[in-house]
Amino acid sequence: MSNKMMLIPGRSSKQGTSLNQGKLKEEYQTVTSTLEMNKDDMEKMGLVDGDKVKLSNEIGETIVSCLGKKPEDLSEGMLFIPYGPPSSQLMASDTAGSGMPLSKHMMVEVEKVKN
Amino acid sequence: MIEKTNKKVVEENKNIKIVHDATCTFCGCVCDDMELHVDVDEKRIIKSKNACVLGRAWFAEHTIENAPAAMIDGKEVTIEEAIEEAAQTLVNAKFPITYGLSDTTSEAQRQAVAITDYIKGNIDTTTSVCHGPSGLAFQGVGESTSTLGEVKNRADLVIYWGGNPAESHPRHFGRYAVTPKGMFTPNGKKDRTVVLVDVRKTKSAGVADILITPKPGKDFEVLWALRALVKGVKLSSDIEKETGVPLEILTDLAKRMKECRFGVLFFGMGLTMTRGRHFNSGALLALATDLNEYTHFVAKPVRGHGNVTGADNVVAWQTGYPFGVNFSRGYPRFNPGEFTTVDTLSNGDADAALIVASDPGSNFPKKAIEHLKNIPVITLDTKTTDTTKLSHVAFKTSTYGINTSGTVYRMDDVSITLRPAFESPFPDDEKILKSIKKRVHELILKNSHSGGASGEAKVAAAVNPL
Ligand code: SF4
Repeated sequence: MSNKMMLIPGRSSKQGTSLNQGKLKEEYQTVTSTLEMNKDDMEKMGLVDGDKVKLSNEIGETIVSCLGKKPEDLSEGMLFIPYGPPSSQLMASDTAGSGMPLSKHMMVEVEKVKN
Repeated sequence: MIEKTNKKVVEENKNIKIVHDATCTFCGCVCDDMELHVDVDEKRIIKSKNACVLGRAWFAEHTIENAPAAMIDGKEVTIEEAIEEAAQTLVNAKFPITYGLSDTTSEAQRQAVAITDYIKGNIDTTTSVCHGPSGLAFQGVGESTSTLGEVKNRADLVIYWGGNPAESHPRHFGRYAVTPKGMFTPNGKKDRTVVLVDVRKTKSAGVADILITPKPGKDFEVLWALRALVKGVKLSSDIEKETGVPLEILTDLAKRMKECRFGVLFFGMGLTMTRGRHFNSGALLALATDLNEYTHFVAKPVRGHGNVTGADNVVAWQTGYPFGVNFSRGYPRFNPGEFTTVDTLSNGDADAALIVASDPGSNFPKKAIEHLKNIPVITLDTKTTDTTKLSHVAFKTSTYGINTSGTVYRMDDVSITLRPAFESPFPDDEKILKSIKKRVHELILKNSHSGGASGEAKVAAAVNPL
């Protein structure tokens, strides 16, 4: 079954504080590889907090851990992740003559990673 | 003011210096009301009064690291050797690029522009991947603008569009736009209506009186509908199907916009990084302009890095353009999509890179990072990053605002002088860039006298130092 969802990378407080410790430190790596996901979507896919999922699109793929969000905070079909190396893996380099790659609203396939 | 700084007190047997009115440069709010308590012996800031959670981390985590000041291919070298190698690399490149610059002083930014001019290179800043599209929109539509001080004193309708300041600019609400008491807003938040427009409910929703959640990718349509409503055009209720926002909500917002005394639209990367890019920013700027037929309305981009606004200012006053500038013909040309760094890297144009205070090796698209790995990269950074790790020449520099004085521009283009807290053994960006500039200049003149092709091509720039 296809699970296409919209990924919105963005800033978060934790991403900001851990960035100051150093981008190569564990906390930054953990924060930027934690995916927020609608709880109902997670349930449908048999996922619980901390489970690993693979996000992929025509550009690349990355594996992240998921964290449930209440439907009123994150709508069905929407994903949020703090900016970082995992979200860069999915970003296209075409800027359509603007200099800016599309860095939000990326359609990605979400798959549960078997342990 | 000066006498208040450098005051030393003994606190818990520690030699503590208190720096008043210091500035946090972590985000574009550039709060200049910090009180820093510095452990002089340990060379670290142990308390940063008035800072938000991000500012506290910024001050606490910038300590003196035990690391080499300069490296070539991962091996420690003297600063002089690294400067020589950096200058040679840049002068010998056919398409050298300079990038970053948003987390350093304007004095350092100026040196970077001069180097790029000398080497007939390409200069771009992190603006191209944040509010670059807004920069294009400013050129197309214009900007009805103000300082954050005017917002604090006058604004009674504050709209945040496509951003989450509660997490990215935590003091924006308290210091400038939502809760502070101003001359014509004596009751703070009670005198203001706050509207938040975003595709997801973020932590910023807590301050909003009105929360509007359009469908993702429909900001342009919502803004255009508001323009129509402001001009009195009747719209069908079908607009909800298209945008996800009911017509009554849009009509109410248009009415509030026309009836307020002073309105402000703060906009973030929810507009610039999504489909439509500069059209989205342009629609918002056009809406603000339209509203000036009825009241006073301004629009301000919420800028991310501490001196990204300075980067726009310095590059613009030295080249005529704010970012994405190329000197290969001996004069500056502006062409986003060609001379912007994601493009110069992804298209494989760049053959050497000077990267100042930025980490494209971590946050650029994959294809751009792959190219960066294949060319000689020179970095100046305070910390080790993915980009410094792939560098041919890496300089460790001191931190602006903590170890180094200089000038930064707040997101509203107000310039602020930094008060450093303690000295660093590492040189600052300006000093390194000045030395590279000097050596680059010497090499270009030398090459031209010996008839070297690249020297001849570059000598015209060298006779006009900035
Ligand atoms: S809002 Fe920004 S500038 Fe102000 S203290 Fe927080 S991080 Fe620093």
